[in-house]
Amino acid sequence: MTITKTLENGTMNVAIEGRLDTVTAPDLEKELSGALDGVKELNFDFKELSYISSAGLRVILSLQKVMNKQGKMVIRNVNDSTMEVFEVTGFVDILTIE
Amino acid sequence: MDGERIKLNEIIVPAAVEKYDEINDRVSDFLRENGCPENIIIRIAISIEEIFVNIAHYSYPTDRGGMAHIFYWLADGNFSIRFEDEGIPYDPLKKPDPDITLTADERSVGGLGIYMVKKNMDDVLYSYENGKNKLTLVKKIVKP
Repeated sequence: MTITKTLENGTMNVAIEGRLDTVTAPDLEKELSGALDGVKELNFDFKELSYISSAGLRVILSLQKVMNKQGKMVIRNVNDSTMEVFEVTGFVDILTIE
Repeated sequence: MDGERIKLNEIIVPAAVEKYDEINDRVSDFLRENGCPENIIIRIAISIEEIFVNIAHYSYPTDRGGMAHIFYWLADGNFSIRFEDEGIPYDPLKKPDPDITLTADERSVGGLGIYMVKKNMDDVLYSYENGKNKLTLVKKIVKP
């Protein structure tokens, strides 16, 4: 998994490439959990995300909880298989997917 | 059964999270070679990850560890995979389903793994026999 992250004026853009699974999800958590101070908008680009399991969902949900308190979080370019996972787990209703 | 011989594939690994990639690669390659569509391979891969990681985390006491024995095969258009371990008896099917209608703030993180397995697979069977947890997942392979 590759994480590309930019931060400008309280807006963080994060592109994830590859797999968000048991092995890689902790890396995403480490990369972002301490970096959200003052972030009002967190934007994910999932165009190159090929796979997400419950370990990935766990991190996404915890980030959504943080952003609900301090701003908003948007996920863009979700592919079909990731969307299926979001639908099965009800995440379509708690995430902002554009 | 039409008398066709079913080839059983087998993987024996320590029940450790870092073995997950190896299992996933071998099973995904097997499915690909047999013409399984990618969207089904992903659903099966998610289910394998959830089950194997559960075994790796919870089945054996951390100071001892243990093995996981995995069999997988195709028969009558169904892919089946069975996980066996000699750890603590645990039936994941007894775990109540999470409430997926709650808001983000009401939800606790986690608890979705087994639920995703149940939703992704056509059948999930658990038994405890001869000191072994045996969990079998079955998925119908619908080719496009």
